[in-house]
Amino acid sequence: MPQTVASPARRTSIGDMIFEGLATGAGVLVLVLLGAIILSLFIGGLPAFRAFGFGFLTSDDWDPVKEIFGSVVPIYGTIVTSIMALIMAVPVAFGIAFWLTELAPAWLRRPVGTAVELLAAVPSIIYGMWGFFIIVPFMGTYVQPFVIDLLGDLPGIGFLFQGPPFGTGIFTAALILGVMIIPFIAATMRDVFQTVPPVFKESAYGLGCTTWEVMRAIVIPYTRVSVMGGIMLGLGRALGETMAVTFVIGNTNRIATSIFGPGNTIASLVALEFPESPAGSLKLASLLALGFLLFVISFIVLAISRMLLRSGAKA
Amino acid sequence: MSGAALSSSPSRDATVADRLSRNRRNQDRLVQALCLLATAIGLAFLLLILATLLYLGAKGLSLGVFTTVTKPPGSHGGLLNAIIGSLIQTGLGTLIGTPIGLLVGTYLAEYSAGSKLGDAVRFVSDVLLSAPSILIGLFVYTVLVSPFGGFSGLAGSVALAVIVIPIVVRTTEDMLRLIPVAMREAAVALGAPKWKAIVFICYRAALDGIATGVLLAIARIAGETAPLLFTSLGNLNWSLSLAQPMSSLPVTIYQYAGSPFDDWVDLAWVAALLITFGVLALNVLARIVLRPRS
Repeated sequence: MPQTVASPARRTSIGDMIFEGLATGAGVLVLVLLGAIILSLFIGGLPAFRAFGFGFLTSDDWDPVKEIFGSVVPIYGTIVTSIMALIMAVPVAFGIAFWLTELAPAWLRRPVGTAVELLAAVPSIIYGMWGFFIIVPFMGTYVQPFVIDLLGDLPGIGFLFQGPPFGTGIFTAALILGVMIIPFIAATMRDVFQTVPPVFKESAYGLGCTTWEVMRAIVIPYTRVSVMGGIMLGLGRALGETMAVTFVIGNTNRIATSIFGPGNTIASLVALEFPESPAGSLKLASLLALGFLLFVISFIVLAISRMLLRSGAKA
Repeated sequence: MSGAALSSSPSRDATVADRLSRNRRNQDRLVQALCLLATAIGLAFLLLILATLLYLGAKGLSLGVFTTVTKPPGSHGGLLNAIIGSLIQTGLGTLIGTPIGLLVGTYLAEYSAGSKLGDAVRFVSDVLLSAPSILIGLFVYTVLVSPFGGFSGLAGSVALAVIVIPIVVRTTEDMLRLIPVAMREAAVALGAPKWKAIVFICYRAALDGIATGVLLAIARIAGETAPLLFTSLGNLNWSLSLAQPMSSLPVTIYQYAGSPFDDWVDLAWVAALLITFGVLALNVLARIVLRPRS
């Protein structure tokens, strides 16, 4: 048995056996936990999968009166808000990571790095409340009317920016999500940028490269895989975010054509509808089925993220 | 250089080279400025959130908040039951989750070298670290709430414990791996069995790091809302029973912030101020604990 330090075989004590058994058992418990989460959500959602079959994945109905439930709208909302959040967050996160690793004066790195990490520590309910009371009025009064006037009449893409300026909606949710995932992506990028061997960068500087050229030609190619892993990690976070989104997305089960239109996500729909779903009802089963789908989606994204980060670390 | 005025070919080369390098340096300056801007944006959001909380939360802050329970709108309620509920559930969640996380981290660092099981456990633990917390709430609802007929503080604590485990696993494994092999060898050479070497030598040497992980885990679960919605539900009455629905600060914020009553919204801001500064203080403390080692 491969061990870091092997105790002499004849002295293997009963204490050792107990301790190793406990530790291994705890490890197995983690696997059991994951299996139990998947299984419990699947079994809980089974009545909905039985009642609607494949239609659960293709229907955009959510009608508690007629008891017809489909998952298209929340899945669409989940993916669209997360992708938009990534588009907003990645450039900012990259800028922060670049600044922290290459540009910042040494005495500022630690405090600014800590501040960015604190942004990740703010609870999501706070983002939701802050978004609801501060960002939503700001969007509704200034940003949205301006953008709707400016771009709403454009031929071809104008429909993306039309509609009443409620302040809430898909775009606002994506903005809040973007702010929330910036620190996760920035921290991962900073850590992987620091793994580039100094001699690579020094060689490039020695050839006369500017800081940005060193970044573009040396650091990014060297860390590409891990950087993708960091971005996927941010995506995984955004997909399952609940409280922040619930406050600001407008909570309508309809696919809006405008980015300012209201919508919902899997997590926000589950959080909002759960209190009105009695135990044993088809609605509760549908919510659990949605939870199962969310788990599958985020598991895949997080698994890809881990594999990218690990293979990046080995390279 | 006076040669610049002449139109000979070497000097033209020099101006071209000059222009090219100026372009490159300008591009560099532009990117540097954008990066500074990005950092400023990130910091601005943090400051904006903290300033909002201080501005709107501090004005509702009074002794009554800590001594009175939540009451119907208009009757000067406080947050006592929410604060106590949060402390109980966070404490119990940490107490349940930490030993399990510690053992899993120990298994990964000390016993799993090269084994397939170890790789699988590490992978699953890392995925759970970022898994949506709302799903952990739904999971605990299906196993602890719906079969036993009711929301309870205990179910809330268990949901929080599930979130604690992967956080403690990650820091424990990382910290144990930093302990030099020579220390373990010294212990074993003195005749200590392996478990004693781990518990009395490695744990003690890695204590700062492990404590950091536990502090970060407490900070994380203290602000969790989604898992509690499905497990401890929230309770507007005074209750310390773990078998009953239990109040907590994040769930109270959720209930109050969305309400149409001004005094409830004000209390939600106070709760938000308390929870955010508590969580940030724990994070800063965790970094101070770790600093001497790193």
